Amino acid sequence: MGKTIIPIGPYHPLQEEPEFFTLTVEGETVVDIDVRIGYNHRGIEKLSEMKTFENSTFVVERICGICSTSHPFAYTRAVEDIFPMEVSMRSKYIRTIIAEGERLHSHLLWLGLAGHFLGYNTVYMWAWKLREEILDVMEILSGNRNNYAMFKPGGVRRDIRSEDIPICISKIDSIVPTLVMLKKAVLDDPVLHARLKGVGIMSYQDAIDFSALGPTSRASGVARDVRKDSPYGAYQEMEWDMIVTKNGDVFDKAVVRILEMFETIKILKYCLNNLPDGEIDAKIKDVPPGEGIGHIEAPRGETFHYVKSDGTNRPMRHKVRAPTFMNFPTYKATVKGQTISDATIILAAIDPCYCCTERIAVKDDKGRMLYNGQDLIRLSREKTEKIRQRMGGK
Amino acid sequence: MSLKLKALLKSPWVFHLSTGSCNNCDIETLDCLTPRFDIERFGMLLVGSIKHADVLLVSGSCNRMSVERMKELFEQVPKPCLVVAIGTCAGSRGIFKDSYNCPVPLDKIIPVDVYIPGCPPKPEAIIAGAVKLIEKVGSTL
Repeated sequence: MGKTIIPIGPYHPLQEEPEFFTLTVEGETVVDIDVRIGYNHRGIEKLSEMKTFENSTFVVERICGICSTSHPFAYTRAVEDIFPMEVSMRSKYIRTIIAEGERLHSHLLWLGLAGHFLGYNTVYMWAWKLREEILDVMEILSGNRNNYAMFKPGGVRRDIRSEDIPICISKIDSIVPTLVMLKKAVLDDPVLHARLKGVGIMSYQDAIDFSALGPTSRASGVARDVRKDSPYGAYQEMEWDMIVTKNGDVFDKAVVRILEMFETIKILKYCLNNLPDGEIDAKIKDVPPGEGIGHIEAPRGETFHYVKSDGTNRPMRHKVRAPTFMNFPTYKATVKGQTISDATIILAAIDPCYCCTERIAVKDDKGRMLYNGQDLIRLSREKTEKIRQRMGGK
Repeated sequence: MSLKLKALLKSPWVFHLSTGSCNNCDIETLDCLTPRFDIERFGMLLVGSIKHADVLLVSGSCNRMSVERMKELFEQVPKPCLVVAIGTCAGSRGIFKDSYNCPVPLDKIIPVDVYIPGCPPKPEAIIAGAVKLIEKVGSTL
């Protein structure tokens, strides 16, 4: 049977962001997949190098709207890693609260979109309705529904008022019964079982080989979570479980995310109830020369930032690695051999985030250069080449 | 043309186009469809194909790669077509003004009817913008 190439994108209703997939199919079966990105590249790393250490937090926040806590969190940790400094316990707690609130609304968002892709629009509407409550909490705490601008090197920008805490807790409590109902509805539904179980399986070995991160890897039995492996913020202060499942199919990825939401609620409530007193800002004056790394567990996996300082007031080099960048190549393992109709949900199952990932697009269609920074080109190309070889040497 | 416009305003079908945004404006646009805001009560419907669209919702600062696609897509929309720029990026490129990869603002590429500022604009603001668009176009008929 002849092979057919199906182009998907770059502008299509499957996801909100532009991306371009080429599915090579034989009949109904997908035999190969290629992903082309670059429609979302905005040159954030270079922009960040034009700004001061404090102002860069606003740029990295806009890498991705859904991860608008993860990137500043990793960035501030990278700056704080350059020289020894102490971040107060209160600001660590506040950071954890904001990060977990983001995880909660991000997982709900994914659940809704997954339901939407499968034709379960009820799940979509329910999940997004619940998400509104969390966004309300975030608005109370930070003043904005997204892009919270809470982070700064050395602490947080805004304090949490004690009179807001009971309102936030009651709002978080109010979603739990519906979340339990939603969990039952999704996990016990026979149609969803038939539709998702055994679809897009990524084995334990594949997860290791492709260096998958976050819920994508945890669904395949790889117990990998920065919050446990290298605790930061206030995560070592309370008891919580890392959710790991074995099968690695789309169903398990959904299970991991749904169960993680309950853990997140646990962490959130602990932090809000036990918020210690103290300063919220270490008031950094100068950043000495040196380099630092910061990594945190974003809703999609490990976000990694590298910052190099030359003693001036702006970063000399800033490198970002988003989780989707590592999860992309797993498509090679999961989509091959599946039918086209299943490809949609498999592609969505890693919770891809293109605006995070677009650090590496250096060439456009005709091979014209888009970058000016020579250093960036070399690094990006080497990295792209490495990924290409791993994805099949094309 | 005006008859077509009049018909269009009854129930504008929207197509959502992200030209390199940070996702927030896109999510907030989708939020408008969900139960709390429910923009469908104004007859608005998100469509999957640009050939069905009456209104283009554009978010994000256009980067070099998406500028070409933007022009192509705008040619494909059945005219008359209204364009809404959602968010600061689509309006003025905002924080990405100095970026090497965001050469021109959106209104230099295609004509824009309504700008909704904010980073990201709240769903309420997007709905208010949509209502203003309908009023603005309705008053010219």
